Amino acid sequence: MNASTQPTLEISELTVGYGGHFDAVRQVSLSVQPGELCGLVGESGSGKTTLALAVMGYLPKGGQVRAGQIRLSGRPLIGLGSGELRQLWGRELSMVPQDALGALNPTMRVGRQLIEAHGSRPSAQAQRDGVRLVQAVGIADAERVFQQYPHQLSGGMLERIVIAMALSQEPSLLILDEPTSGLDSTTEVVIQDLIQEMMHTRRTAALYISHSMGALAKFADRVAVLYAGELVEQGPKFELFERPLHPYTQGLLDSVPRLGESKRNITLRAIQGRIPAPERLPPACVFEPRCPIAQEICRQQRPPLEQVQGGRQVRCHRWAEIQAGTVDPRQEAPVVPAVHPDSSAPALQVEQLSVRYPVGGRSVRLGRRLELPALDTVSLAIGRGETYGLVGESGSGKTSLARAVIGLVEPRDGTIRLHGAELARRLTRRSRSTLRQLQMVFQHPEQALNPYLTIAESLARPLIRLAGRSRPDADQEAARLLVAVGLPPEYGRRYPEQLSGGEQQRVAIARAFAALPELVLCDEPVSSLDVSVQATILNLLTQLQIEHRTSMLFISHDLAVVGYLADEIGVLYLGRLMQSSPASQLFEPPYHPYTEALLSAIPLLDPRASQEQVRLEGELPSLAAPPSGCPFHTRCPRYLGQICVEQEPPWQEDQHGNRIFCHIPLAELRQSQARVFRMRDREP
Amino acid sequence: MLAYLLRRLGFLMLTLVLTSLIIFTVTQLLPGDVARVILGREAGEPALQELRAELGLNDPAPIQYLHWAVGFVRGDWGQSFSSGAAVLPVVAERLRNSLMLAAVTLVISVPLALGLGVIAGSNQDHPIDTVINITTLSVVGLPEFVTGVLLIQLLAFRLQLLPANSSIRLGTGFVEALPMLVLPALTASLVLLAYIARLTRAGVIQELDKPYVRAAALRGLSRARLVLGHVLRNALPPSITVIAISFGWLISGLIVIENVFNYPGLGRLMVFAIDRRDIPMLQAISMVTVLGYAMANLAADLLYAYLNPQVRLK
Repeated sequence: MNASTQPTLEISELTVGYGGHFDAVRQVSLSVQPGELCGLVGESGSGKTTLALAVMGYLPKGGQVRAGQIRLSGRPLIGLGSGELRQLWGRELSMVPQDALGALNPTMRVGRQLIEAHGSRPSAQAQRDGVRLVQAVGIADAERVFQQYPHQLSGGMLERIVIAMALSQEPSLLILDEPTSGLDSTTEVVIQDLIQEMMHTRRTAALYISHSMGALAKFADRVAVLYAGELVEQGPKFELFERPLHPYTQGLLDSVPRLGESKRNITLRAIQGRIPAPERLPPACVFEPRCPIAQEICRQQRPPLEQVQGGRQVRCHRWAEIQAGTVDPRQEAPVVPAVHPDSSAPALQVEQLSVRYPVGGRSVRLGRRLELPALDTVSLAIGRGETYGLVGESGSGKTSLARAVIGLVEPRDGTIRLHGAELARRLTRRSRSTLRQLQMVFQHPEQALNPYLTIAESLARPLIRLAGRSRPDADQEAARLLVAVGLPPEYGRRYPEQLSGGEQQRVAIARAFAALPELVLCDEPVSSLDVSVQATILNLLTQLQIEHRTSMLFISHDLAVVGYLADEIGVLYLGRLMQSSPASQLFEPPYHPYTEALLSAIPLLDPRASQEQVRLEGELPSLAAPPSGCPFHTRCPRYLGQICVEQEPPWQEDQHGNRIFCHIPLAELRQSQARVFRMRDREP
Repeated sequence: MLAYLLRRLGFLMLTLVLTSLIIFTVTQLLPGDVARVILGREAGEPALQELRAELGLNDPAPIQYLHWAVGFVRGDWGQSFSSGAAVLPVVAERLRNSLMLAAVTLVISVPLALGLGVIAGSNQDHPIDTVINITTLSVVGLPEFVTGVLLIQLLAFRLQLLPANSSIRLGTGFVEALPMLVLPALTASLVLLAYIARLTRAGVIQELDKPYVRAAALRGLSRARLVLGHVLRNALPPSITVIAISFGWLISGLIVIENVFNYPGLGRLMVFAIDRRDIPMLQAISMVTVLGYAMANLAADLLYAYLNPQVRLK
């Protein structure tokens, strides 16, 4: 074979199993060319990580390659001893792990770990090489960073470090295992730019694992879709996103909202059911039980992996019909009635709310207790039946606001009113009926449900305690609630650990709505869930909200999700509100410069969509020493000058209901800002 | 770091004050007449009265405590009830002996136990792990007088390497005493070995499972470099805690071993003092023991901070 066309990675018919019982990855073939970035996507349980670890030759205990071969630049890897593999690790074959903080030794200085990864002994020369590597990943004060321990660095900085480590010996293949999943989207894009640039200059081949299509749309050259251990589709990015040939790929694309879409004009199509456990696979097509267009043949015969023109492959009996457009592979769209929020009399009114957290001990600096201003003079109002979306990076104060409203932290200043009545700051001073009126849905349902209570008991308790129902009445209501959130009533006898993440979140939502609250606070309710079930949860929230005319405060770092669900959106930065706009206005100029940066960082699901490249420079300032004047001035791409440093900006309002906290006049902003992103419409 | 050190020192002082209160209360204020203990059953009431006044036993309890505590800090540890001699030099001599024995014991047991723990932990479920586990456990299961006697039989009588009797004389220097310290120190080491080794093993296994170890392995590091360069440091804290606690035991808890080898340590002095109801002596020994525990724990805390920058740089 000609050396120039030889793929860097070639996986052929790979089957990986655990123990004697089942195979987590079955007959997967995939190749990656030098300089190519191949995305690998699938929900949890699809076998992505097993595949990646098999390529690395580092399967967990019990894992074993049962069939197939993996070649690295033509050299077979299966059958190599651990000594031979160790020679390849870091040098030829490198991995950027999922969580950069966890991937670094907490008690060793970053510089030493980097020098070690570079494969040299500590010396002045090694130090210089290391500093150069760190500079190459865009860290300006490399010498200082070298002396730091991992916990002293921000997530974005750590990610740069592990990338520098992975590339330090110029490997030919780089495996990236969800490298940006814990990062804010503004940091995520910067890191993705970096990966792209580093790979381009070195012609490194890369396998990029992700659970979301959005991350891959802009970034990958080719995308492979894995489902239940099988490769169901792969092909060049543009063709695959434009016309997916497998119903599962279509489902992944449809189940999350695109930026700018709203519940008013689009209904999300969730993928029905859940991914099968590897020991209970369907006999023929693995996707058949969840497929909207399954036929008799899909239950009888396993579809072969077929070659399609244009370098595509698909494993579906009906791909030709899908390609021809004679069959619609989309999941059924649920009917969600229209919403009519009433903003005349606000349900919740928050005025000038400030939250401060004490930090550190008090003993040394006597008298001066350090405090972090997590939330600073934030005001907002939520109408009856309205959804207020709150977005911002981590550390922006989103969660502090929710916690202050529900009473989990005591605000330092400001008032919170529910239907005009001021709420006590402290939870213990709030009446039972106030507690009933405010409910919360948390990010991690598995932590929010008591593992020792059955589902039915978890639902019945708030009914008895807060709504004053009798025991038999509450039990009956618990069963009804389960049905209302789309779960069979016999789930009541189960315990939380027997449910999937999405099912647990449905129970948590049922519990929040059980006592007919006035306001439900949702703190990132879908971000820990698989893409395929996010749509179900979002649809469920909308439906319950309409039924009960409940108001909602919806917190998320995902602007597309917030934009989809919310009527009004607030953008937080460093504990201050930067912009508050109707959802329909937020995606149009004028934007606050921070909103502009956020929007430009959101992964778009459409690879052909155009997006402005606004990148935030520098690190998020510390809350302990917030910048003077406008809090955003240190990173603002539209920084005016001294005025931004010295004076707090005014709140400017326009006729569309935009409220923007900026010195730049709105007319000027509108003029200078193009639409940050533009994408083609999809059929409703 | 300074704040951390000051806080630890504060805790240490508080511990000492609290324990001294407890020791004082238990020994001095319990029912039973100290004057009667000193003068014996036949003493007449006037003599008892006089002694009580002289010892300050008629003062209110807080005043008595203050007197005692201030005296203790100043080096006035009182006179032994049984011999009438000053307590301080006697306790100091025995403390010196016990510290020598403790030092030799730690020098033998800590490296050995850490080594075995690391080997066992990094070879989990391998035969070598099983062998280490069973050996250390069976050794800790045997009482000290059994292991002590076995060691005497083997090393002193059979091989004639070391003296069987460790009754060193007053003021013997460390180098001179060393041969006599080895056997009791070995016996004590065997007790500690299993504790420390097992904790180290558990720590190593727990650390090896962490993502940073996998990440480092996939950067091409050798197994030895992984275990010694990365894992060990993070696996040590539980072992350090147990070593610090053992130090207190080594100072005054080696009663059986000191008896078997006839070694004049603090443990035997304590038994003696209990026998004679020698309250000033008991108080002094208790305080010295508490001080030993507290200092060992302070050292452990400082070592923690050294090993873990998250503590140090807070």
